[in-house]
Amino acid sequence: MACFTVSVAEAIVVKVIEKKVAKKEKLAEAKGNTSNVEKPLIPLSTRLGWLSKLLFGGSALLAFEHVWHGEVVPWFPFLTAMNDAADAAEMLTEIGTVGVGMAALVTGVWFVMSKTALYIAGRPALKGLQTEAIIKDRK
Amino acid sequence: MTLLISVFAAVAVTVKWYKRENDDMRLGSLALMYWGASLMWFVDAIAEYIELEAAYFTPEPVDMLNDSFLGLSVVALGLVIWVVRLLIADPKGVVKKSLGRTTRAKEAELEKE
Repeated sequence: MACFTVSVAEAIVVKVIEKKVAKKEKLAEAKGNTSNVEKPLIPLSTRLGWLSKLLFGGSALLAFEHVWHGEVVPWFPFLTAMNDAADAAEMLTEIGTVGVGMAALVTGVWFVMSKTALYIAGRPALKGLQTEAIIKDRK
Repeated sequence: MTLLISVFAAVAVTVKWYKRENDDMRLGSLALMYWGASLMWFVDAIAEYIELEAAYFTPEPVDMLNDSFLGLSVVALGLVIWVVRLLIADPKGVVKKSLGRTTRAKEAELEKE
């Protein structure tokens, strides 16, 4: 009914955090911050950008589905379920269960994806290439 | 059916993204958009399965047709959003170049007059 609204709200929050983190990263880079802390291979702002794209993109397409089914309309109050108290209660239950589940799954997948990307970016060259290098060294 | 179509679209775009030579086409954004929608519809499908149980897998032909139509429309909408973002971002400078050409052509015309 309006399950995508949770993802939209999360996407907005993530976008704001992403912008703030990107600003901080730029400032640190401009200052030539050479602290002992190692810079991540993929900046946090880039990884947060992935999450906001997953959330914004997914909820945009889901919103279209709700328009398709007549659950979202272009006039106030925008959600047809708001016209009836029983429907509104059902909608809130759906937001609390399906909507939260959607946002949680997307965030969970992003977390795993982010960790995997850091691992891939940080791992040494492919095994085959490493072997070739060792053989060359021996020669 | 909508979930299935969006998953196929997500996989196809991801494969295309993996095989890309540069990031000019911004395929990553399109892939993330389809994956986001697929994950959300997956949760929707689980909720529906809990409600309908085995009947979830035997939809009425009319519902299936409507869902397929919706799935294709969603893929089309995703492509439209992606192409608009691509044209606005204009990473290759094609739009800017073409607009510059138009302006120069108009300037030349005015000079002739």
